[in-house]
Amino acid sequence: MATDLVSRVKNDPNYIELEKKRNSLGVTLAVLMLVIYFAFILLVAFFKPLLATPVYGVVTLAFPVGLFVIVSAIGITGFYVSRANSEFDTLTKKIVEAAR
Amino acid sequence: MNRLFILLMAFLLNVGTAFAAGEGIEATSKQATNPIAIAMFVAFVLLTLAVTYWAAKKTKSASDFYTAGGGITGFQNGLAIAGDYMSAASFLGISALVFTNGFDGLIYSVGFLVGWPIIITLMAERLRNLGRFTFADVISYRLQQTPLRVLAASGTLVVVLFYLIAQMVGAGQLIKLLFGIDYIYAEFIVGALMILYVTFGGMLATTWVQIIKACLLLGGATLMAVLVLAHYGFDPIALFTDAVKVSPKHEAIMVPGSFVANPVNTISLGIALMFGTAGLPHILMRFFTVSNAKEARKSVFFATGFIGYFYILTFIIGFGAITLVATNPAYIDPITKGLIGGANMPAIWLADAVGGSLLQGFIAAVAFATILAVVSGLTLAGASAVSHDLYASVFRRGRVDSASEMRVSKMTTVALGIMAIVLGIAFEKQNIAFMVGLAFAIAASANFPVLLLSVVWKKLTTRGATIGGFAGLLAALILTVLSPAIWVDVIHNKAAIFPYSAPALFSMPLGFFFCWLFSVTDKSERAAIDINGFEAQYIRSQTGIGASGASSH
Repeated sequence: MATDLVSRVKNDPNYIELEKKRNSLGVTLAVLMLVIYFAFILLVAFFKPLLATPVYGVVTLAFPVGLFVIVSAIGITGFYVSRANSEFDTLTKKIVEAAR
Repeated sequence: MNRLFILLMAFLLNVGTAFAAGEGIEATSKQATNPIAIAMFVAFVLLTLAVTYWAAKKTKSASDFYTAGGGITGFQNGLAIAGDYMSAASFLGISALVFTNGFDGLIYSVGFLVGWPIIITLMAERLRNLGRFTFADVISYRLQQTPLRVLAASGTLVVVLFYLIAQMVGAGQLIKLLFGIDYIYAEFIVGALMILYVTFGGMLATTWVQIIKACLLLGGATLMAVLVLAHYGFDPIALFTDAVKVSPKHEAIMVPGSFVANPVNTISLGIALMFGTAGLPHILMRFFTVSNAKEARKSVFFATGFIGYFYILTFIIGFGAITLVATNPAYIDPITKGLIGGANMPAIWLADAVGGSLLQGFIAAVAFATILAVVSGLTLAGASAVSHDLYASVFRRGRVDSASEMRVSKMTTVALGIMAIVLGIAFEKQNIAFMVGLAFAIAASANFPVLLLSVVWKKLTTRGATIGGFAGLLAALILTVLSPAIWVDVIHNKAAIFPYSAPALFSMPLGFFFCWLFSVTDKSERAAIDINGFEAQYIRSQTGIGASGASSH
């Protein structure tokens, strides 16, 4: 990539906005997933009696907790993709147009 | 690289000998042939060979071979990624884990899912914007080609080999069970078909084989889960209640149990699964088959949805097997008191229990198709590492035409196919779900740190990346050899030197630390070039400027 193109894109306010928004969303969601998953693992490792609490018949608290981790993984992915496909792609399009 | 490879081979062959001399490990027994399963499998093979024939006519350049010309849609790629991920180890292994341990099986499968948000938020778009054929394109974008390509190829080949072993062993057991033919011949059937798909049809055939299989597997597993639930009047509580009643472990199957007996082990495995996903070469390669970053994103979302849904199905299937398979003497081996055909068979027998021999034949054929599709994807990734990274980029320094690069890929595919057969035979009695864990640990420790740092950390230098990547790779390998699974169970020492079965908790941070240490202390001229190259790479990774469709490269 040519140096003048790099500096032009770098100073494009749309680029600055895109970079800031996407990076903070990406890092936030990645950390959220990490926290949810490892909280689950720690629960499973150290709070077995708590997870063994019956919630409905033979079904224990471990089940809804496990299901929540699965659903949250799909939800986090879906949330990022929907933001990226609308907001980030609009910004990217503007940046690419301006860089032409 | 060569020396590493020879060492690895020596290690693998040793393990093989140890197995040959091993005692009392459960093996599957040969079964009477199942004509329905055979007919369905033959139908699948004919269909996929037709796809391969069609794909072969369209596969003309190296770009076609590696990335299917970049023309796969996000939805198709999502199915193919899910297909790569829903291996026989997942389907048979995880439903078997649920069958044996109840809720603990879910803990294991959840780990395979949580890597996807990491991929979408940190990796997918950047990969698509920076790479062409393999993830080595990304890490060598601003860093020096030769060392990074060699590193990526080593990481790829080691991961691919471990993953392949798991798949080949599963294939052999399954075919022996279904077709009543020897394990060794089963290995040859899988190896030969996989070589056909990949050498003639390249990525296009591999992707479509994967898509067909993903649809069959999702459809078949859904049908099984529905039939299990129908047996209980669509009341999952009734299923769980019955499972608690009939299981020899009773209430213990409803709570976390022995799977997390050792928290360090579980966290270590969790790290491997979570970050290893973002370092699996055959998955990363799929991001280059779509036309742009938007399609790459969509494919991750579809893949995550399909995979999450699939694990919920395997959970129901596992519990269904507790109530409907374990209680039926027809499925129990009178001598071993275990399941006929071995520990990985609950899903296959459940199909028979809920849908008769027709469904059993279908599920068995699908499981076999699954293995074929996954080994094809793995082999393609391994062949690309050799032909694109080692041959074209390192050995020929990029001065090579598309035709000879493709010829090398095809030769490598044949070599990998033969190697897969040999390793499949050598590892006949290893637990297949466990081997996949090893592949993930290596992907998390060698590939992931270098890949992530190269796209987000300006100061990563060639020296840091090379040393860090190899340190992570070797640490994961060595710790695995010293772990109970190999040091005690295979080499028959009394106590393991490394007490945990999952190394990633230690080897991944080590990889990151070495990347950092040998980058910040790197004052060479090359380091200055590496750091200067970051800005342009970063802008391209964010915006895609300069990254046209994969097909136009």
